[in-house]
Amino acid sequence: MAGQLSIAKALNEALRKSLENDPKTLLMGEDIGKLGGVFRITDGLQKDFGEDRVIDTPLAESGIVGTAIGLALRGYRPVVEIQFDGFVYPAFDQIVSQLAKMHARALGHVKMPVTVRIPFAGGIGAVEHHSESHEAYFAHTAGLRVVTPSNAHDAHWMLRQAIASDDPVIFLEPKRRYWDKGEVGDSADLGLHSARVVRPGADATLIAYGPMVKVCQEAAAAAEEDGRRLEVVDLRSISPIDFATVEESVKRTGRAIVVHEAPVFMGLGSELAARITERCFYHLEAPVLRVGGYHAPYPPSRVEESYLPDLDRVLDAVDRALAF
Amino acid sequence: MTVKSTTRARKKAAPAVPDTLPPVLSEAQSSESQPDAQPELIQLLTPEGIRVEHPDFPLTTTPEELRSLYRDLVLVRRFDAEATSLQRQGELGLWASLLGQEAAQVGSGRAMRTGDYAFPTYREHGVAWCRDVDPLNLLGMFRGVNHGGWDPNEKNFHLYTIVIGAQTLHATGYAMGITKDSADDAVIAYFGDGASSQGDVSEAFTFASVYNAPVVFFCQNNQWAISEPTTNQTRIPLYRRASGFGFPGVRVDGNDVLACLAVTRWALDHARSGNGPVLVEAFTYRMGAHTTSDDPTRYRATEETESWKVKDPISRLKAYLEHEGLADEAFFAELEAESEQLGLRVREGVRNMPDPDPTLIFDHVYAEPHTLVDEERAEYEAYAASFEGGENH
Ligand SMILES: Cc1ncc(C[n+]2csc(CCOP(=O)(O)OP(=O)(O)O)c2C)c(N)n1
Ligand SMILES: [Mg+2]
Repeated sequence: MAGQLSIAKALNEALRKSLENDPKTLLMGEDIGKLGGVFRITDGLQKDFGEDRVIDTPLAESGIVGTAIGLALRGYRPVVEIQFDGFVYPAFDQIVSQLAKMHARALGHVKMPVTVRIPFAGGIGAVEHHSESHEAYFAHTAGLRVVTPSNAHDAHWMLRQAIASDDPVIFLEPKRRYWDKGEVGDSADLGLHSARVVRPGADATLIAYGPMVKVCQEAAAAAEEDGRRLEVVDLRSISPIDFATVEESVKRTGRAIVVHEAPVFMGLGSELAARITERCFYHLEAPVLRVGGYHAPYPPSRVEESYLPDLDRVLDAVDRALAF
Repeated sequence: MTVKSTTRARKKAAPAVPDTLPPVLSEAQSSESQPDAQPELIQLLTPEGIRVEHPDFPLTTTPEELRSLYRDLVLVRRFDAEATSLQRQGELGLWASLLGQEAAQVGSGRAMRTGDYAFPTYREHGVAWCRDVDPLNLLGMFRGVNHGGWDPNEKNFHLYTIVIGAQTLHATGYAMGITKDSADDAVIAYFGDGASSQGDVSEAFTFASVYNAPVVFFCQNNQWAISEPTTNQTRIPLYRRASGFGFPGVRVDGNDVLACLAVTRWALDHARSGNGPVLVEAFTYRMGAHTTSDDPTRYRATEETESWKVKDPISRLKAYLEHEGLADEAFFAELEAESEQLGLRVREGVRNMPDPDPTLIFDHVYAEPHTLVDEERAEYEAYAASFEGGENH
């Protein structure tokens, strides 16, 4: 794909290609038609593919996911947009008890190729319910796949892979990075569930995904000025997690710091810390550290900077890890 | 008034919300102006077994069809009784009996065409019977060998859904798909009086009406949601909920298999002809406990249950068959023998139903390979193999 695309445009192109390639692909969501979605990710698609395939739904999240399940049973491949992270909870039963379990309950007789796109996480100065990181809920649910891209190339190809998957995929879009631009390659260079080492290093491994990958890359660049070489792993997939890549990295560096916006308590970092301890115990020079949100409701925007992990908090954790 | 003939062409967009109720509703049913008026119950066969006509729902039946419906009712009840006793014997963990609701299920189930699709709750054993689903399939989840497991597309009968109301949305989505395919199939979404309070049911009503989806919402109002009477769910007769969503609602005698057949047939044809959804409230009674774990003596009076006994769906059809001379001794005797055979097959089938291999746990979590599931399966297998003889337990 020629030139630099924003993540938003890369996603839009991915939806367009998916609609073009498979007549069974449908988009469903609130304000995704004429408006093109509140973030314009579906911009122009209803005009080109019609109201039957790019469907402005009633304002009912459970209804959107529940009818998407029925459409999947009829042979369609729905891609659902939840307008914001905090509004997915009305659909929680349909996602967790219906969508995720249907394939197992039917002993494999039916497939659930439903993609649920959710703009997630904070940093855009929004009012409440518009900045949440709820990946742990979904990762905790067997039957769902959970992924999040951090750049335009991955946004494009991972979304196409997610839509092509015969399993339900929760596709989390780092909304504060929607306007970040990057090169989008001509083909997917990795599978949907592979992690990517986005910066090599030797002294410690920063593990992040979605919006925090950029923060970690900046932290690594800053640390280099102090002579510290930090490796950055972009998980890309939250369920399943590519532990092989994580393990390989941490065995080399001996130190791991997991960074996410979601609250630290019971967050992905806890799972990663436990697994790294099990797999890399004799290679570790320090306990696995976690940097993330606090056990508090996502704060009002005037103080969100203090809640969100930033370069300084990541470097503070690096200092602590290296001090062991 | 007779049922308006409908067009074949499926409308793309929803019709404008009618400002009066659709013409199919009789005066008595559209009594919003008198909210306390007793709603009319569409009935074609009285509890005494007298055949009556209803102007909106004419039904012609051959003696053979009547005998066939009677056979369904009897066999479905027999299957249900067998399952209840299998639970008592410890062969099933739980059973949700349909006792008393046979007519609602057989009438609506027999109204469906082959291409139509049913989305059941956990109590639709009679509908499953009509869809030709092997009764043993239904027992797997109550025995604990699976969570359903049959192929829903084989008989167009979806898996049982325990989360009340959730399946009404699946039914609606499926029906939206039928519209997209320009097919003339229709869908029935089954749910209960208790489920009518669930948000998912309201959302299903909204989606179905907005997209004009060919779905019939079939509510079996069996008067109880475990221990809660219908008055805990609604102030108006449930069928009237439909008018607020812009589609017709009717109340039918749920213990009258002929009325359930005629009304559901009409509703399915209404839906499949491009006129959008219909709500059918089948007014019936749960004669047994909610499930085998329930104790209804704690919340309802025996007199109430007794008063419904005289409205029994099977005895009224039997009375009709007998006094019209539509079935002879030999028919009833043969059916009794068939019923015994069914009981035997179900008993033996359940007792011989093997426990699944524990690795079933990992088998169908995902359609495509998943590293974590593969890893945990390998761990489990290694652990199981570490026991003497490599047994799984
Ligand atoms: C969402 C949800 N809440 C609670 C329950 C527990 N529960 C199972 S059946 C039932 C009553 C349902 O009543 P109704 O819809 O009238 O159906 P019926 O059992 O009478 O056929 C309840 C509360 C459930 N299965 N799902
Ligand atoms: Mg009930």
